[in-house]
Amino acid sequence: MTRGWTGLLTVLLATALSMLLALGLSAALMVVTGFSPISALNAIYTGSLSGDAALSSTLLYTAPLLLIAVGTCVGSRAGVFNIGQEGQVLIGALAGAWVGLRLALGGPLLAILVLVAAAIGGGAWAGLSALMHRWRGVNIVVSTLLMTFIAAQLIHFSVATPWFLQQSRGTKLIVPAQSNQLPDGALLDSIGHYPNLQLNTGLMIAVGLAVLTGVGLARTRWGFRLKLVGLSPGAALHSGIRIARVSGWTLVLSGAFSGLAGAVLLASPISTNRLQPGIAGGLGWDGLLVALVARSRPLLCVPVAFGFGVLRAGGSFLAATGVPFYLVDVVKSLMVLALIVPPVAAIHLHHRRDRRRPGGNAGLTALETSA
Amino acid sequence: MSLAIDAEIVLSSAVRLAAPLAFAALGEYVAERAGCLNISIEAMMLGAAFGSVAVASATGSATLGLLSGMVIGVVIALLHATASHRIQINTFVVGLVLNALVLGLTSYLIAASRFHGHQVAQLSIPVLRDLPVIGSALFVERWPVYLLLGLIPLTWWLVERSRWGLELRAVGEDPAAADVTGIRVNQRRRQAMLWCGALAGLGGAHLAVGEVGSFTQNMTAGRGYLVIAAVIFGAWRLGRTLLGCALFGLADASRLALPALGVTLNSQLLAAAPYLLALLAMVLFVAKTREPRALAQPFVPDRTG
Repeated sequence: MTRGWTGLLTVLLATALSMLLALGLSAALMVVTGFSPISALNAIYTGSLSGDAALSSTLLYTAPLLLIAVGTCVGSRAGVFNIGQEGQVLIGALAGAWVGLRLALGGPLLAILVLVAAAIGGGAWAGLSALMHRWRGVNIVVSTLLMTFIAAQLIHFSVATPWFLQQSRGTKLIVPAQSNQLPDGALLDSIGHYPNLQLNTGLMIAVGLAVLTGVGLARTRWGFRLKLVGLSPGAALHSGIRIARVSGWTLVLSGAFSGLAGAVLLASPISTNRLQPGIAGGLGWDGLLVALVARSRPLLCVPVAFGFGVLRAGGSFLAATGVPFYLVDVVKSLMVLALIVPPVAAIHLHHRRDRRRPGGNAGLTALETSA
Repeated sequence: MSLAIDAEIVLSSAVRLAAPLAFAALGEYVAERAGCLNISIEAMMLGAAFGSVAVASATGSATLGLLSGMVIGVVIALLHATASHRIQINTFVVGLVLNALVLGLTSYLIAASRFHGHQVAQLSIPVLRDLPVIGSALFVERWPVYLLLGLIPLTWWLVERSRWGLELRAVGEDPAAADVTGIRVNQRRRQAMLWCGALAGLGGAHLAVGEVGSFTQNMTAGRGYLVIAAVIFGAWRLGRTLLGCALFGLADASRLALPALGVTLNSQLLAAAPYLLALLAMVLFVAKTREPRALAQPFVPDRTG
């Protein structure tokens, strides 16, 4: 970092090379298992980018991913490492489903209430971790992780319990473990009418919040405080910031974003509009990875989330070529590694070289916290 | 009479479900004492489970499968240790990506290939196996289970009595002070991770070629996280960690057995119980006094001053 352009150029070159390596490894994996990488690539392109229908599906996946990622950015800016997004998404969807199915309201008001309830649900779930941290010093990473598995069981319970959210029995003998379908008034529609393209309200909300958060973090007093707490808790303490309170509320906000993503999942056409145990489908974990790749910058999350959306939407077309869907998980993980390893490795090498010079540490810790 | 038989069934199923957890917990315990909250243990177990079945299928030897499972665990540990304790990438970031990678890779490979099932041999101990209730639960088992008898004291001795373990604990409690006394902090952490990889690998492999005899997609299904919960529940003490594994195994076994016995107990609550217990243990027994003070904190040696 100290070397300016040459340093940056080295990192960019190394990143490009490792991405090629990641793609090469994925291609090799396919060849070894007897599939054609070209046709797999073609299938992913067909399912995600070629034409309006495919692009719509990509954008539908982008929206929740972006929301989760932006929430994660807010947390990591304040040094709060939340890894329970998957659970917060689930609780958001649960709260959204409960409100959507129990309140007899029509029109856009119900949709708004579903979104709000989901955000509150996700925020409250993360808030439990914040409380445990504040009162008893429980590690946030550990508690948010463990809470994810409790959330998953809570969803199982809610959709398998008739008085809670399980589908109405009707005349059926066996009722599947899922909720009723959300009423039309609670669903998120496309904004504007295009022949085949869908620009879902969820996407608008996600992009809007990403921009708002990006500006807020960079330009407001709130953003500055978070940064101060994240980078230098000592300095924050001396300038009169109540660290425990700020990081607690930041965790709640981060959970609220994930909860909102749960409602967007529930109410937009990518799901069946029913609460199901598998509704988050690993999107929470993916959203976390988006934020990591985007180095906790909300605006950078937009293109990265789109990239992850391409893999999600394209993956569903892989089946036509016989290649297992899980290929996209391999490609995704290798790409994430290719994007996060080179910059840190470069810093490590610089650091080694600079060790004899005093003051070589400052830039490093700052970057590490944001990574 | 019938109650005793029921108890026997649940108990032996609990032992079978707890054994893979116990192997991996021995590894995670060592890693956490060195300050590494290792979440890629899920990847280690899952990768080892797959590798053991693949190798057993190719060679026809379940024992070779078990060994290669350990090797895969060590390889994943080596990747994680290099990335987090050499070039200093956040350990949770590396762990999550490794978990996603191994889950994707094993799911892809199992969908793209076919394996023959193999299982290690059963070892039943004469006389003791005839004991009522605990006899068949404890003394008729797949042979790797008996490795625990040696590995538990070995792990205890390594951590509590050896010089290496002393340095390891110093690294987990106060890396800066350990560094000043000449202990190579990140090297000790890498070594702890490798030990963890070997044992988590053994646990995953034992699950696949020991207990089940085949591999299914996402076979470990979060058992790695369960192990982390066990170490937390055990308040970073070996005995209590293993007690945690036993309890979690029992909870799992009762979840499967109770409906057949006509007992109604909420199965979701039982499935969530390990995580609830771990959180409860942390909240109740003020975690700070027990957990290694430098847990999950990276150590960057400062050679500038």
